[in-house]
Amino acid sequence: MNFLGQVLQWFLDGIHWQGDQGIPNRLLEHVSMSALSLLAAALIALPIGIILGHFGRGGNLAINISNVGRAVPSFALLVIAVQLVGIGPLPAFLALVALGIPPIVTNSYVGMQEVDADIREAARGMGMRGRVVLWKVELPIAMSFIMAGLRTSAVNIVATATLAALVAWGGLGRFIVDGLAQRDVVQLFAGALLVALLSIAVELGMTMLQRITVPRGLRIRDFTQEEVGIDVVAAV
Amino acid sequence: MLATGVLGAADDPWIRWDWVSGHTQVIRAALMQHIELTVIAVVVGLVIAVPLGLIAWRQRFLRGPIFSVTGILYTIPSLALFAILIPFTGLTLLTAEIGLVSYTLLILIRNIVVGMDSVPAEIREAARGMGFRPFAQLWHVDLPLALPAIMAGIRIATVTTIGLVTVTALIGEGGLGSLILDGLIRDFKSPLLVGTVLSVALAIVADVSLAGAQRVITPWARGRVRA
Repeated sequence: MNFLGQVLQWFLDGIHWQGDQGIPNRLLEHVSMSALSLLAAALIALPIGIILGHFGRGGNLAINISNVGRAVPSFALLVIAVQLVGIGPLPAFLALVALGIPPIVTNSYVGMQEVDADIREAARGMGMRGRVVLWKVELPIAMSFIMAGLRTSAVNIVATATLAALVAWGGLGRFIVDGLAQRDVVQLFAGALLVALLSIAVELGMTMLQRITVPRGLRIRDFTQEEVGIDVVAAV
Repeated sequence: MLATGVLGAADDPWIRWDWVSGHTQVIRAALMQHIELTVIAVVVGLVIAVPLGLIAWRQRFLRGPIFSVTGILYTIPSLALFAILIPFTGLTLLTAEIGLVSYTLLILIRNIVVGMDSVPAEIREAARGMGFRPFAQLWHVDLPLALPAIMAGIRIATVTTIGLVTVTALIGEGGLGSLILDGLIRDFKSPLLVGTVLSVALAIVADVSLAGAQRVITPWARGRVRA
């Protein structure tokens, strides 16, 4: 039987769909770990980026944290977390949160900075107080950047959660890591397909969420602009 | 492939200099392999990205498909992409490089398109008025003006690749990643720390050198805040 036939058979085998080691449970582990990490990262990073952006302070810090984050390999982050707290779900969670913070800080800062000074002025001229300006004017305008940061973080987190199988935690990466260790190419390939599909689904889902949450008048038409601007700014 | 200890041995310090001095050969070899894997990936990435980027810029209807395909490649986690390739190309350098090159494409192509789009229409008009042929105009006018954005893309792609190379340790390559993996398997902090610190240092050195190179080759852009 050819290779892809074996992979198909692997997927059709009922044993891979039940119990703790089955696909549904591994998927649940992967998604819940990623969601929890993204939530924690957002709770830490959003206030920092938004407050720095609102007051226009700490721009270098906010922008460079992304570059530093890119330079630290996520694999190393994970292994360092193991040395700090032992193996299991906790080091995975800590590494994923640490990895998720930089893009959110940078993008929310850049988003707040993108708000035109004239618009702020006008809002104040209309009698809005500081907090109202933040909620009603700055945040809606910054929303597409904030969501872009969350999307980048989410995709990074889901990707690195795959590596978390190395530190004795579950998730879909388990199939890949076990497949490598047991030289079981079919399991390896099947696991990789599952991880790839999940990542693409998360990317698409977050892109849609980004579209929905940005006020209609502010939506950017050209998608190259929407996606590129941030990285270009962050690197300079 | 599994961490053996429950907690790092209590008496294992973060760095043991005797281990470092006894393994300078190994460390240097890992660093060199890391640089090699990165350079091959970025150079091959550029060779593929420049024509694709120019096509995406010129032919708007191809922009969608080119960005979708490279976007999907970029989204797939590195370990999964390597795993998808292994049944066909094995645990080889080729597998590692196909994966690494795939990740550079989206970043490079995006920045090429943005750079080319940023060339003001008046300048293009003026170049045409001065009698530039399409190819000469591309080479002497458009590309130089797009260079800051393209260089920004090369910097991001390089730094990203340096981080991703560590993951290739899991498929038997890895450069400095092999030290990090060694630290995980043997529950030993020194190789982990050396691998991590050198990887971060390499990323910073590469980024700063590329920024320097950018200043040298685009003297007219100096003093501007943003590329």
